[in-house]
Amino acid sequence: MYLRKNIATSENGFIFNPSTGDSFSANPVAAAILEQLKQGMTFSDIKAGLLDSYEVDPLRLERDWDEFINQLREANLLAD
Amino acid sequence: MKKTWQSPVIQKMNGGLMNKFGTRTEYEPVKHIDGVSVQSLIKEYGSPLFVLSERTLRRNYRDAYRAFSTRYPSVQFAWSYKTNYLNAVCRVFHQEGSWAEVVSGFEYQKALGNGVPGPQIIFNGPEKTNEELELAVRNGSLIHIDHFDELFQLLAITDRIPEKPRVAIRVNMDTGVYPVWDRFGFNYENGQAWDALKRIVTSGKMTLTGLHCHIGTFMLSTNAYRQAVKKLADLAWRCKTELNTPLQYLDLGGGFPSTNTLRGSFLPGTDAVPSVDEFAEAITAQLTELGYGTQDTPKLILESGRVLVDDAGYLLSTVVATKRLSDGRRATILDAGVNLLFTSFWYDHTISPAQDFTHHTEDMALFGPLCMNIDVLRQSSNLPLLNRGDQVVIHKTGAYNMTQWMQFIHMRPNVVMIDEEGNTHLIREAETLEYLQQPEKIPAHLQQPEKK
Repeated sequence: MYLRKNIATSENGFIFNPSTGDSFSANPVAAAILEQLKQGMTFSDIKAGLLDSYEVDPLRLERDWDEFINQLREANLLAD
Repeated sequence: MKKTWQSPVIQKMNGGLMNKFGTRTEYEPVKHIDGVSVQSLIKEYGSPLFVLSERTLRRNYRDAYRAFSTRYPSVQFAWSYKTNYLNAVCRVFHQEGSWAEVVSGFEYQKALGNGVPGPQIIFNGPEKTNEELELAVRNGSLIHIDHFDELFQLLAITDRIPEKPRVAIRVNMDTGVYPVWDRFGFNYENGQAWDALKRIVTSGKMTLTGLHCHIGTFMLSTNAYRQAVKKLADLAWRCKTELNTPLQYLDLGGGFPSTNTLRGSFLPGTDAVPSVDEFAEAITAQLTELGYGTQDTPKLILESGRVLVDDAGYLLSTVVATKRLSDGRRATILDAGVNLLFTSFWYDHTISPAQDFTHHTEDMALFGPLCMNIDVLRQSSNLPLLNRGDQVVIHKTGAYNMTQWMQFIHMRPNVVMIDEEGNTHLIREAETLEYLQQPEKIPAHLQQPEKK
């Protein structure tokens, strides 16, 4: 599962899907994750990086991660 | 140092009309109530937890009393027991000088238990048993008659006991506010109220002491009270001149709103409701116009409840879970629901996080812990992202919740009061299974698990 290639993102969290015309705003953590997804990093590498740089325990990260990926899928931003 | 975590989230941006009030950008966590930390309160007394501020109770009373007493020479408040009859709350108001206004035999007993002298208890309501009325008559309490059946019930009682009942009638009337509350008391416009007054005076068996009305609840119009004063004063004048019975008091009841926001209201409560001062001005100005307020002036009684207690009450609660609904909306589940917060059926209560949070906010539905679809505290509230274990403060919960709460699915929690020095006192213990089952009886044939 990866971020669709045509999705435009900006550093400050603006997301644009040119194929649907939808735009979204992301909070800073979400923006950082999207940036790394765009670079083609794997889920597990991104999560490991988050655990290193944020004050978050692994269980909470897993819970929030699943919900975030779900949000991206529902927003049509992910492709298999 | 590691960065603060916030749940990653995206929000779809929708084009549309701007909100004319602008978007709220600043939130403050409410970490303390009267200087006591929310976290420590929950740690000591559990969650959910009702908290009452004694300082606010007293301040509200004094402000309201001042609003009336600076405009009219003889003012008396009577604490509306049904609004919150926890004894500690009642006693704060009684210490401030309030009488008691009760609407049932059990509330009457509570008032006696709280040390209120009989003559300072106003007994309202449509149902009073013979035993309750006899006790009230013997104690010299002020009995506000609701209907003719009660009037004749009292007349029958006067044949049995020597004391003369001190009575008033409740009068209902058209004050320009709809719906007209005509189910309680005797109607002014159709002459019923005057008939009742004549019957009382000509019986010679009762002392007519005053007139009472209660024109509605959460009243948003001060003018309605002017109308009520005019009509009550007209009856009082006729009692004096035609029945030769000057009255000791006019009781304008309650009905003043708190600053909670009614569901569906365009403006927030703080902007929509008149202040106590505005109600006081309307009532006393009308009395003065009619010539009251000088000699032989009747006492002005007020039975305010909600406006004195609502903002002194807080409900502390903890986040149980968050989830996404099928339409993408966030839902936050709290451990306090409509079982405790009955008023969430008609208010949009303000809910504040009790700890620091990141600045991303989201519209979310707030649900309680009941396994029932009706358990909705807020259909939609814009709040920072909340996580399991976070604590919230629900504001202005002091009126009616601690009397109308339901023992349904969950038991009622602790209630504490913070005194003026910042000390906390447990004023009602959380219920236990033993307490709940104490009145239950199990028939003999159900004592064994197996059917014989």
